[in-house]
Amino acid sequence: MATVEALQCKECGTSYALEARYVCEQCFGPLEVIYDLSGLDPAETRRRIQAGPQSIWRYSDFLPFARRPRTALAAGVTPLVRADRLAERLGLGEVWVKNDAANPTHSFKDRVVTVALAKARELGYEVVACASTGNLANAVAAHAAAAGLESYVFVPADLEEQKILATGVYGTKLVTVKGTYDDVNRLCTELSGERDWAFVNVNMRPYYSEGSKTLGYEVVEQLGFELPDRVVVPIASGSLFTKIARGFEEWRDVGLVEGELPAFNGAQAEGCSPVAKAYARGEDTCRPVRPDTIAKSLAIGNPADGPYAVELARRSGGGVDCVTDDEVRAGIRLLAETTGIFTETAGGVTTAVLAKLAERGDIGPDERVVLMITGDGLKTLDAVRGSFETHEIEPSAAAFGEALGLDAVAQ
Amino acid sequence: MSVTVKIPTQLRTVTGGDAETTVEEAGTVGDVLDGLYDRYDGLRERIAEDGDLRRFVNVYVGGEDIRFLEGLETPVEDGDEVTILPAVAGG
Repeated sequence: MATVEALQCKECGTSYALEARYVCEQCFGPLEVIYDLSGLDPAETRRRIQAGPQSIWRYSDFLPFARRPRTALAAGVTPLVRADRLAERLGLGEVWVKNDAANPTHSFKDRVVTVALAKARELGYEVVACASTGNLANAVAAHAAAAGLESYVFVPADLEEQKILATGVYGTKLVTVKGTYDDVNRLCTELSGERDWAFVNVNMRPYYSEGSKTLGYEVVEQLGFELPDRVVVPIASGSLFTKIARGFEEWRDVGLVEGELPAFNGAQAEGCSPVAKAYARGEDTCRPVRPDTIAKSLAIGNPADGPYAVELARRSGGGVDCVTDDEVRAGIRLLAETTGIFTETAGGVTTAVLAKLAERGDIGPDERVVLMITGDGLKTLDAVRGSFETHEIEPSAAAFGEALGLDAVAQ
Repeated sequence: MSVTVKIPTQLRTVTGGDAETTVEEAGTVGDVLDGLYDRYDGLRERIAEDGDLRRFVNVYVGGEDIRFLEGLETPVEDGDEVTILPAVAGG
């Protein structure tokens, strides 16, 4: 078995006990969970994974718990779909879509919340909370309801109506803050110092973010314990992007998979692209921006893991690109029309960046590419409203033929 | 004049538990921080490096990130509230 050792600062290496703590007191750097994986035999670990539950808990050897937690609402084990029609449209060889919209609350956030709430319960918390751009709000409200925990969810007041409704329905205390996500995040960071609550993406963040690794594990397992050559991943805070890489690296260290780290391509919307801009400038520091994009789930102007995301893009031979809102809408349509998967604006960003990379000739003909689709199109319906024609007719065959411009069928 | 400074829990070990304090006679955010460094031993090393803030430290004046203003040169006025917070939350 693996041993969960400590929390460790990613900047200066100072270690801390496994408690509700997220910032290094020496240098303010982020803390990360450290494991001793040396005791894991690859063949035995692989068997244990394959015999595990149909949820992220099949990877519990790599999650921050001494024993596999039981959770009321599972997450993970979402489809990895081979997308030949999308590949053909873009002139690519092999494209797979990881459809993480197929989670209980229709986004990858179920993964991180499952882990954060299991840890919150283990640490004795009775109230959970979060700062959210919407998907996290849905997940925290739902998982808290299932676990019988009280919850407070903080979101920007201008969020998409679908995300507001799909949060409030679970009986959470929903707080709409007049400001941007970064204002909401600042407020929650302040509140986490005052209240003895588990803020999943503040004081629980080192555990929470571990849940994102499972997206990487799943892709590898679903590819028959092989790594893809390239992954295209949306970037908001940069946490998902960097944790998928961590997942791949841990499995390489243990010997569950061999080969090069895939090229990591990050995807941002132009109206909120602090990471793409830092990458383009050749810097690590992400200058904060005020978001202005339809991709609200990615609208973090002050990304906590930005420097690490830039560093990963560089060392893996990938990059970070951004696309306009029109390209985002086109990306949603492209994915829907070629794969039957309807994604939200963040998935439109990711698909549009894949299209951009293909057009630029950055992807080799033999590459196996995985596109990470992290959320459901039903949550951002405005993005497709008015983008296609409907045909209203009187209920008669003649009216139908006329409206659609079809020739009459011979009798 | 007097500026109020809110101190995050992570720094209270070096502020003797102070969660809030005031700095008199400061023209800029940099002056406010210098006032704090004079008062609290060990604070400077925690949040600053080579004369600038460490990359995971956020400072706000009246709720506005100083990087949207003039950084450490951002002017402060009587009654302003300066908040220091970790930058590693969210997402």
